[in-house]
Amino acid sequence: MAYSDKVIDHYSNPKNVGTLDKGSKSVGTGLVGAPECGDVMRLQIEVDDATGIIKDAKFKTFGCGSAIASSSLATEWLKGRTVEEAAKIDNMDIVEELSLPPVKIHCSVLAEDAIRAAINDYRAKNGLEEMVFEEKRVH
Amino acid sequence: MLKLPIYLDNNATTAVDPRVLETMLPYFTQHFGNAASRNHPFGWEAEEAVDYGREQVAKLIGCDPKEIIFTSGATEADNLALKGVFEMYASKGNHIITATTEHKAVLDACKHIEKLGGEVTYLDVKEDGLLDLAQLEAAIKPTTIMIAIMYANNEIGVIQPVKEISAIAKKHGVLFFTDGTQAVGKIPVDVIKDGIDLMAFSAHKMYGPKGVGALYVRRKGPRVKVTAQMDGGGHERGMRSGTLNVPGIVGFGKACEICRVEMEETTKRIIILRDKLENALSQIDESYVNGNIEARLPHVSNISFKFVEGEGLMMGFNKNIAVSSGSACTSASLEPSYVLKALGLGDDLAHSSLRFGLSRFTTEEEIDYTINAVKETVLKLRDMSPLWEMHKEGIDLNSVEWAHH
Repeated sequence: MAYSDKVIDHYSNPKNVGTLDKGSKSVGTGLVGAPECGDVMRLQIEVDDATGIIKDAKFKTFGCGSAIASSSLATEWLKGRTVEEAAKIDNMDIVEELSLPPVKIHCSVLAEDAIRAAINDYRAKNGLEEMVFEEKRVH
Repeated sequence: MLKLPIYLDNNATTAVDPRVLETMLPYFTQHFGNAASRNHPFGWEAEEAVDYGREQVAKLIGCDPKEIIFTSGATEADNLALKGVFEMYASKGNHIITATTEHKAVLDACKHIEKLGGEVTYLDVKEDGLLDLAQLEAAIKPTTIMIAIMYANNEIGVIQPVKEISAIAKKHGVLFFTDGTQAVGKIPVDVIKDGIDLMAFSAHKMYGPKGVGALYVRRKGPRVKVTAQMDGGGHERGMRSGTLNVPGIVGFGKACEICRVEMEETTKRIIILRDKLENALSQIDESYVNGNIEARLPHVSNISFKFVEGEGLMMGFNKNIAVSSGSACTSASLEPSYVLKALGLGDDLAHSSLRFGLSRFTTEEEIDYTINAVKETVLKLRDMSPLWEMHKEGIDLNSVEWAHH
């Protein structure tokens, strides 16, 4: 299976690899996936408390090239958005942007899950109610 | 000069040796006859070429040429051995013993046999990939007709104690079939000394062409018979009908001859390169060589690099280096390698594995390049791996409650 140029680009030059202080109140962390499934994503957002805008996003991913590319792209998209806007990022947007083949759609779902988990972690830390998302199960 | 890409996936297939190709070419155009045409020179030439090929194949494994049944490859030979014996020996029993680490051609043929009313025992292997002989012997019952255990494994290269297995089979009066696909041409295989009754193998794993293989079927002590699985002209002593693949057989024969003559020399060289690769990559923190390292094919190394995923790892260099991985992402099933799992490896380590398969054409330059590329990519991906970070922080990954998706 050949990878799309965009997947290769994100894999070769991943954006926003790293770690934010998960103890900080303005940082939300989402850790999704499992080692035995072959992919684990950790996505973090740092929110400007005054504006509600995500001012930084970082990721670390254990997984295939498509999983790495999906999380790298997700961090790019998160920066500069409000938390509410970020919550609307759909996995199919990632699939489209990266031209992921059907067998790799689960990588985009994982990225979406990671975004949502990070948002809810942030909200929980700040005494806000968790957002309820529609469950997606694509494999 | 180093030429890219580098091919280190020789357990999947090998390049045809130019000497093999050269021998084959006249049999496509000049000597294109059907070996079964008994009444003209075209047929005679083809038959002569097939006879010679058969002799060379037989010589490599120490059998009589009459004991070689040509097939389209090892998968067909595996099917013929299992289903053919099951059918032929139905009056004796219906039980076959095999192992969980066998090739899919064997496992799936066994599943088919179960559907036909056969009984199959799938033995687990030990952590190093070797069979537990006591367990094997204990599995034999009065209805057992055959033990089917591969000579060497395609993923980890582990060589089973074939002589001991055949002795157990003989003691209990059951047949011993081995899938020799990965072993024949790479290590000395002698069907007499090894006590093998049936053996499947293939040309394209030993620098021959694809589309041709053989089943060795013993003729004496005991005389083994298999029921044909295809109806037709009764070729190959009635065990495998179909016009013989003359150029393929010619190439197969030549490939066997070269392996026989050059095996010792080639093995010496390959082992040095394989060990160099393995030793260098083993120095990477948290890397593990899979399978027994003593009883192992000289050209194979299977290594897990913990905390990085195999497909992601290959992506770092697969434009320039061809290897394969036990990672689920490389298979259609999304399941990691069942062979590695059978060794008791966790799914995470199975996902993190790479298989390196060297060949007689592999050079030291290629190995040096590969060492650097793999090391570099492992380190790069670990910097990107949340699992590596957690490991470094001293978190036990088994204690984490993962969100299975």
